[in-house]
Amino acid sequence: MTEFFWLIPFAPALSTFILVVFGRRLPKRYVSFQACSAIFISFIISVISFIGLLGTNPESIPIVKTLFSWIRAGTFGADFSLQLDPLSAIMCLVVTGVGFLIHVYSVGYMADDRSYTRYFTLLNLFAFAMLILVMASNMVLMFVGWEGVGLCSYLLIGFWFEKHSAANAGKKAFIVNRIGDAGFILGLLFMFITVGSVEFRSINEAIGGGLLNQGMATLIALLLFLGATGKSAQIPLYVWLPDAMEGPTPVSALIHAATMVTAGVYMVSRMNLLFTLSGTASQVVAIVGALTAIYAATMALTQNDIKRVLAYSTISQIGYMFIGCGVGAYAAGMFHLYTHAFFKSLLFLAAGSVMHALSGELDIRKMGGLRKYLPLTYPTFLIGAIAIAGVPFFSGFFSKDAILTMAFANGQYFVWALGLMGAVLTAFYMFRLIFLTFYGEERLDQHAKEHLHESPRVMTVPLVILAFFSIVAGYVGLPLVLGKKLDLFGRFLEPVIKPAGEGHLSLGTEWLLILVSVAVALCGIFIAYAFYLQKPQAPHTLVRRFPWLYRLLYNKYYVDEIYNAVFVNPMIRSSEIVYKNFDLKVIDGTLNGSASAANWSGKVLSYLQTGFIKDYALIFLVGIVIVIGFLLF
Amino acid sequence: MIPSSYFFILSVVLFVLGIIAFFIKRDLLTQFMSVEIMLNAANLAFISLAKATGSLDGQIIVFFIITVAAAEAVIGLAIILLIFRQKKSIRTEDINLMKG
Repeated sequence: MTEFFWLIPFAPALSTFILVVFGRRLPKRYVSFQACSAIFISFIISVISFIGLLGTNPESIPIVKTLFSWIRAGTFGADFSLQLDPLSAIMCLVVTGVGFLIHVYSVGYMADDRSYTRYFTLLNLFAFAMLILVMASNMVLMFVGWEGVGLCSYLLIGFWFEKHSAANAGKKAFIVNRIGDAGFILGLLFMFITVGSVEFRSINEAIGGGLLNQGMATLIALLLFLGATGKSAQIPLYVWLPDAMEGPTPVSALIHAATMVTAGVYMVSRMNLLFTLSGTASQVVAIVGALTAIYAATMALTQNDIKRVLAYSTISQIGYMFIGCGVGAYAAGMFHLYTHAFFKSLLFLAAGSVMHALSGELDIRKMGGLRKYLPLTYPTFLIGAIAIAGVPFFSGFFSKDAILTMAFANGQYFVWALGLMGAVLTAFYMFRLIFLTFYGEERLDQHAKEHLHESPRVMTVPLVILAFFSIVAGYVGLPLVLGKKLDLFGRFLEPVIKPAGEGHLSLGTEWLLILVSVAVALCGIFIAYAFYLQKPQAPHTLVRRFPWLYRLLYNKYYVDEIYNAVFVNPMIRSSEIVYKNFDLKVIDGTLNGSASAANWSGKVLSYLQTGFIKDYALIFLVGIVIVIGFLLF
Repeated sequence: MIPSSYFFILSVVLFVLGIIAFFIKRDLLTQFMSVEIMLNAANLAFISLAKATGSLDGQIIVFFIITVAAAEAVIGLAIILLIFRQKKSIRTEDINLMKG
């Protein structure tokens, strides 16, 4: 049943091709039908391959399909080859499954957009690139997908490029990602130099055979992790993601919440042997993840833009995934990636539905009391918020708890404490969002209120499906307390990710940890309740008490300003200096000089051309006399 | 029997006259005629040489030159006519389109 797995990326690719070539002439209905069915076909093949993979002997994993030999240069070689193993199967399911729902949702959301065809072309192209990224069997092809999704992200953030801020946000995302990509390329090169191959299988064999020493492993791992911080919006390269919210909301859900930004986590998990080999690199991953988790959460506290709160929340949640990877619990990190894909895309789509209802309003200060107007959006948003907050029996609880427990079990108490604090903040800001949006008094504009309506069914049905998965998706990876057998997710991943063996906790401790994280989640929700429903004045009092703290958070720690002052502006200024002094004077001067020299000599020589026949004849005669004279004497 | 050197001298004289006429005259028609004179000076040289050496080659070449000169005269006159229609003059100092 796994014979056709390599077809998964090609349905969206074919659809993209058709839309690029004939898109202008196709009717809207057909465009959306084709785009959605392309990704649905991918989804069906993914499901079939997944089922096939369940029945495959672990010895024959990964299943590799080489389509053609791509690069051959000396000892360097890379094939266009795709692989199917548990890791890529899960990613394929997430990308195509969530992707399909978001495609369907977009049909409603983008219905009135002028560039409808362009939107679906890019969405299909993104799906193709993302599937190449997760299915590539070597680092070079993975990098192609990695860049492909970056390109689609750029194009979709700047989708409404007439808007200056959107065009700028796209540029920012692209440039910041480029910094990370430089790390990825360097890591790839060092990997090739030491191991002599870029195939994941050969790399894993080489690591198993001890070909990589500690120092080299640390170097490569850190360089690759730099790439991951760019793509997955971690400190220090997270700055592009909040701005990326300029794109259409379904894009934020698909690319900037569910799939592309988690590519870094996927890559680190794919390279888990390398990261396990280097304790230093793993520690860096864990610390960066933990710091990002809490840092982004604090910034989410004060934002008033509904999508930006969700963007910071995404950064923070990806931080959790990296905590999982850093403490060696790659399966837990991947598990969080998988549950997060459902509830975060649900939250984004629900936020999009709110915006749709309010004619594009983003500011939560101008919402409130929407509960009764949006009978489907409200409960689904609530389910997403509960799931992300870590309330028991919802998917987010299982995955976040798995990460924090593993962090504690591995003795990373600092990371664990940061994660726990982040969890309080997560619960708090999510419910702040709920209370400000759906409860309390109505603060709507008159204009927005007149058009207030629940979204069409093509948008609400995906919401309901995602809400369903936000609840049940966690049950494939029950906590270890309930028995190792019930962690189906981790066991499925075992062929790729060796289970983190060390650090056994007693039953009592584990239960205690679970209790703590439950208490923490409920505590956050309760504080939000007290602040925004019981005493709406409380936040203002707090702001007056600590105005500097509020300003610091509201302005996002001034990081954008610092980056501008330290990196961007000096770069612009020095380019200006070089432009004025070197470009204008030296390069342009040389060119203009040689041009005018040619011009001048042409002018001088043109005096020879008098235009009078006699002069020519005279020269002719003189020439003949000279030639004859020369011949005779 | 006139020595062939006389013919050669006549030919050179004709040729030099042609050159001088070409350079001192200022209208195209006369210049054209002087070109014809130079051509015929060359013809004369060919024929005298053919006679002196007793070979026919020079005479054959002269036939060719006369044929070509006829064609050349036609085209040259046509060009001069067209120039006159355009410029209302065939004075060479009025014709300097090729000036750089």
